[in-house]
Amino acid sequence: MAKNCNFLVIFQCKHQSIVLQLAQYTLRKSPVPDCNRCSCFVRNAALESSGMALPKAVKTGTTICGIVFKDGVILGADTRATDGSTVASLNCQKIHYLAPNMYCCGAGTAADTEQTTKLISSNLELHSLNTGRQAPLSTALKMLAQMLFKYQGHISAALVLGGVDRLGPHIYSVHPHGSVDRLPYVTMGSGSLAAMAVFESRYRPNMELEEGKKLVRDAIAAGIFNDLGSGTNVDLCVITKDGAQMLRPYDVANVKGARQERYRFKRGTTAVLKTRLRKFDVQEEEVVSMDTSEASGSA
Amino acid sequence: MEFFFHCLQTTLVAAEFPGGVVIGADSRTSTGTYVANRVSNKITRITDSVYCCRSGSAADTQALADIVSYRMAMHEIEMGRPAAVRTVANTFREMCYQYRDDLMAGILCAGYDRTHGGQIYSLPIGGMMVRQKVASGGSGSTYIYGYLDSNYKPDFTAEQCVDFIRKGVSLAIHRDGSSGGVCRVAIITANGVERRTFTGDQLFVPQ
Repeated sequence: MAKNCNFLVIFQCKHQSIVLQLAQYTLRKSPVPDCNRCSCFVRNAALESSGMALPKAVKTGTTICGIVFKDGVILGADTRATDGSTVASLNCQKIHYLAPNMYCCGAGTAADTEQTTKLISSNLELHSLNTGRQAPLSTALKMLAQMLFKYQGHISAALVLGGVDRLGPHIYSVHPHGSVDRLPYVTMGSGSLAAMAVFESRYRPNMELEEGKKLVRDAIAAGIFNDLGSGTNVDLCVITKDGAQMLRPYDVANVKGARQERYRFKRGTTAVLKTRLRKFDVQEEEVVSMDTSEASGSA
Repeated sequence: MEFFFHCLQTTLVAAEFPGGVVIGADSRTSTGTYVANRVSNKITRITDSVYCCRSGSAADTQALADIVSYRMAMHEIEMGRPAAVRTVANTFREMCYQYRDDLMAGILCAGYDRTHGGQIYSLPIGGMMVRQKVASGGSGSTYIYGYLDSNYKPDFTAEQCVDFIRKGVSLAIHRDGSSGGVCRVAIITANGVERRTFTGDQLFVPQ
């Protein structure tokens, strides 16, 4: 397991090769690389020693889940992002696009899940252009699992990957350390226990679409109402062999109450002391584009 | 979010019989006290005739099994014949020993080859490799040492061996909190591999 290295600063450091070197350090026990090139280590160390606390990464708290139903898979997620005990975002999107036939829900640190899925989505597109065919789910799964294992759990991304490929519908759960489980129904995130309770009591194989959507909605709702880290709306994504359909929001589980009165101040409540009128001379501006392509240039 | 890693606190058992080997495992994967997967498959294919049972960190053992499986597939292409069980076990041992400070993996590598028949190699945490006729691994194995030592006979038939393994895993599940779920069994012989699953009602429950 990762030891003897200060990984706290990784979240602050944007220098990719340093992160890789540090990850490799834990695996190969080579001497600590010279970090003088990356000034943020020096800066972070100085700030920490002067008593400043490291800012916490925005986590998503979260309830995410996925099921396999008769014609495909249904992925569900709540929409609350937390920063400690403050709600950083009321309506963030946790179901990320990977490929036209694959979506991935992410729990854990918001930046980690977002960037990991974006990276793998981009690699999948290149892979599919290279091979000339739609990549199967196992390709995305291997890419995600191998990347997370490489970073030894320091990329805090717990994912529910779901999609339909030529071999049928699949749901996988990927844990931050890189382990993978293939199951008919999975839940992840802080609300996973609440959602799993719903699944364990009501899941059946080969459910119909409406029944499946209701089950996923109820599982996420269980997370929203019983877990402090999850809240607001339920997003769904239904993937069948005909394509994917994002339902955002599928259910507004928490409707903000309507205000009883109008709380605006009347005009004249604040006294006007002075009025000054300035005229602006507006000139028309026209932008003419020049053709600078090679074909039109002179040799 | 809790930061326990995905752990295979588990029960693994393997036994040789004339003609092959039988290996068995429970199916519980836990993250701290929460059971993340109650039907996990801890018996992983490395080659067509060599399987391994995984215990310890799920991520570490899955990555190890992937790498060894890839290397053995290359080995088979280069050699023109299937890899020997000892070769697979040795490949595991090389990696487990070299990265012993960073990995938490206890492996039972078992299979059948034409030269030496059925073999079981135990690779506990730390990177040791030893061949055994009966081997066990995981947290649940400590509860069944007595049962395995007193009930094993080298001349079991395949079915008797399966029964021996099934009872062993059931007894461990009965006593060990980190083991549970179903009992998965694989019978590896010259004819190939047969996989079986014993659900809760088919487990052996002591009176």
